[in-house]
Amino acid sequence: MFRFIVRRLLQMVLTFFGATFVVYALMFAVQDDPIQALVGERPITDSQRAALTERYHLNESFFKQYWYYVKGLLTGDLGTSLTGRKISDMLAGAWPVTLRLTLLAIIMAATIAIVAGVISGIRRGSLFDNATLFGTLIVLAMPIVVLAPLAQLIFGIKLGWFPPTAGKNATLYELLLPAAVLASLVVATELRVTRASVAENLRADYVRTARAKGLTRNRVIGVHVLRNSLIPVITLIGVDIGALMSGAIVTEKVFNIPGVGFNLFRGIRTEDGPLVVGFVSVLVIVFLVVNLLVDLLYAVLDPRIRYE
Amino acid sequence: MSDLNALAAETPTRPPAAPSGKSRSLAADAWHDLRRSKIFWAALAIIVVVLLMAIWPSLFTSADPHDCVLSRQHKGASGGAIFGYDFQGCDVYAKTVYGARYSIVVGVFSVLIAGVIGLTVGLSAGYFGGWLDALLSRFVDVMLGVPFLLGAIVLGKRLSADPGNSNGVLAVTLTLGILGWTTAARVLRSSVITAKNQDYVAAARMLGAGSGRLIFRHILPNAMAPYIVVLTILLGINIASEATLSFLGVGLKGDAVSWGISISEATGYVRVAPGPLIWPSVFLAATVLAFIMLGDAVRDAFDPKLR
Amino acid sequence: MTGVTDIKAQIDALPGLDPRAPLLHVEDLHVEFRTRDGVAKAVNGAGFHLSAGETLALLGESGCGKSVTAQAVMGILDTPPAHITGGRVLYRGVDLLRLAEEDRRKVRANRIAMIFQDALSALNPVYSVGFQLAELFRKQRGLSRKDAKQRAIESLDQVRIPAARQRIDDYPHQFSGGMRQRVMIAMALALDPEVLIADEPTTALDVTVQAQIMGLLAELQHQRTMGLILITHDMGVVADVADRISVMYAGKVVEEAPVYDIYAHPAHPYTQALLASIPRLDLKGQQLNVIRGLPPALTDIPSGCAFHPRCGYAREICRQEQPPAYRIAPHRESRCHFIREVLGV
Repeated sequence: MFRFIVRRLLQMVLTFFGATFVVYALMFAVQDDPIQALVGERPITDSQRAALTERYHLNESFFKQYWYYVKGLLTGDLGTSLTGRKISDMLAGAWPVTLRLTLLAIIMAATIAIVAGVISGIRRGSLFDNATLFGTLIVLAMPIVVLAPLAQLIFGIKLGWFPPTAGKNATLYELLLPAAVLASLVVATELRVTRASVAENLRADYVRTARAKGLTRNRVIGVHVLRNSLIPVITLIGVDIGALMSGAIVTEKVFNIPGVGFNLFRGIRTEDGPLVVGFVSVLVIVFLVVNLLVDLLYAVLDPRIRYE
Repeated sequence: MSDLNALAAETPTRPPAAPSGKSRSLAADAWHDLRRSKIFWAALAIIVVVLLMAIWPSLFTSADPHDCVLSRQHKGASGGAIFGYDFQGCDVYAKTVYGARYSIVVGVFSVLIAGVIGLTVGLSAGYFGGWLDALLSRFVDVMLGVPFLLGAIVLGKRLSADPGNSNGVLAVTLTLGILGWTTAARVLRSSVITAKNQDYVAAARMLGAGSGRLIFRHILPNAMAPYIVVLTILLGINIASEATLSFLGVGLKGDAVSWGISISEATGYVRVAPGPLIWPSVFLAATVLAFIMLGDAVRDAFDPKLR
Repeated sequence: MTGVTDIKAQIDALPGLDPRAPLLHVEDLHVEFRTRDGVAKAVNGAGFHLSAGETLALLGESGCGKSVTAQAVMGILDTPPAHITGGRVLYRGVDLLRLAEEDRRKVRANRIAMIFQDALSALNPVYSVGFQLAELFRKQRGLSRKDAKQRAIESLDQVRIPAARQRIDDYPHQFSGGMRQRVMIAMALALDPEVLIADEPTTALDVTVQAQIMGLLAELQHQRTMGLILITHDMGVVADVADRISVMYAGKVVEEAPVYDIYAHPAHPYTQALLASIPRLDLKGQQLNVIRGLPPALTDIPSGCAFHPRCGYAREICRQEQPPAYRIAPHRESRCHFIREVLGV
């Protein structure tokens, strides 16, 4: 178990450096005018140019620049956005509402996916199963840029069941609609994985043994099948947190929620290079940490993994 | 596995002794199932219509999507403009039809790029194994460490800053292609490793077949089916991603006609005119759905475990 | 609390149960599988009986219906696609097929238990061996966790697993193949059943371990005067252990006889052919005997005697009429029109 953790940690460190390097390189490598890329299509004065060159060590080699960048990341200094505010402050302000939104979305998605997935898996071919499969297919294919505005239009504006926007200190109810939209990104795959896993496990040999032991059907499914079936789903849910962080950008924009995604979007619009890179880097780190935790969770759930 | 499953699964198509039994190859079995699948035909129908729109937009509308007259702002349906007019006075139906072309072009070419990269990486990692596999797999891990949309935003912004990229098609296509190959590569690597370990490959190798021959005649044909499935689904996903990127302003721009842009522009006026939001959304969703359903149907047809 | 006496009393109270009736008597069992591509007739009138302390071997090739028969007796077939379309399974006079599931469940593991071929896949990989054993005591006997765990350790001891107390919390994949099979045996015998059905218990094991496991089974059976049904396709294993053999083909028992008689004087062409096909050292250098043809697809069983397409003695009548079970001697039956020829009398 210990070796497993160490190995995963090392992998994570490697991936961390790799991923942040990729983000950094995507923004800054091989350019004629890196400063222009930083500020986008805005015109720039010479003194600003000099200041930026100083700040971003553009006189030095590319790898050194990356090193400064990583050092900054690790010490919490994300630099300053082109609006003058410290990026870490902006992040701290935007984070709470995004966290609540994402958590709500995950809980909604996981609950629906597991409950409906288990029922579908047990009653394969039934009306419920076919309806669910069809429903998930639609939701799966519906891009978030379609779902978010449409949901807002139908449920927020036309029907008025939910408020069409949510502010920084939004209540749970106000976050329900955007969280549902966000959840739609991942609920379909989670449901299908649960369904497939349950269906497969129901046919497993150990189920036959459990029945031969005279255990009740409820126990066979609830204790024996479920524990095995949920392993792939739980890990998927963890990975989906990363997907949700990406989807939050569109959702927050549509529902006007001033979270991480919204600020990131505004940064893109205003071509605020440092902000974009800073926020994206932090999101990448969060994603990697979550993935690591999920892998560890996988080892806890599946004893076969622990002894590799 | 138990007798039960063997019995339930193994019925006349397999045993040679049965008089009515016809032994079918996996591909023939798959086609047989596919033909009966309503989802397959529905998806195919939608794709054909969208392709037609992309290739011959004039078949569907004689209007010009760039012919925008402000005085027509948010007018309802009239004449050939069956979906009405948007906030700039453009014909929504025309924009929707012409939007198909951009979506298909970006989708197809980005998948081609991703497909080629994925093929190279997956095949090399799977076939040669060893340190090459380890290296490439770590590389894929790193790429997957960056959530897709975030990476696409950063890369998209970077590429669109390039002059000479007036409508963003090249930038978006490259972005999606560069970032989209990872899952496909993993799938291919898996298939290649499985195929490589089959007995018939060992037999061919013993008979003196070189790597090239082994790869192209023995391994790839068997590994291709799931790969094509993944690429088909990727096509749907990329079309959706293009719309998302355009929606956020890092995708298509300028005089490109994109469903994503249309949707983005329409959200601001949705209380006044829902039409310009709804119609591109429907077309986008239907197209994405069609490709994903197609990929799904093909995958299910080929999966022996679901029989 | 009152677990043991409770369940036993409940079973004894089942209507029709007669403690002096034969332990297990399967009569004319029919099981079919309804699938998309047709109906597979897996069991077509199989029947056998078992008494306490006896070992009956169910012998036959893969797909002949022996496992399905066993699972039908246990009541663990997946319905659908399986359907039991006829016959009786009499446990001490009570027809298990007509029992409510609630009662049927009590009989399982308490009176009739089963072990399977591949212990690795037959045990739940995510729960410890102790958990899976203790579960029996907790759920079927109402024992506390502590008591159940203690009994679990004792069960492992009984099947000679060394250091049982330390290994009780280990997972199935941490045991070797032979040890795992012992764990399965421990699980099956935990509640002191009267019948144990062993479905190919040693097929997945190597030869030396096979011998150990068969020895263990024999010893445990003897200790408890249990009835043992051994399902196998391996004639070598059977010779040592079985008292009687029932040979199955295409879902029917084609011959039933005490073990010595089967080997010395087979009374059915199929049995004869099976015996002839066993490779023997003194046949070295000669061609192996095989039974020509293939077992029939269960969706398309030949008319009359199912074996006739492959049988050297087959005549017209074999194609038209299913042979009834001819009684050659007490406990010796064969379903063949030409027994005399086969026996050479």
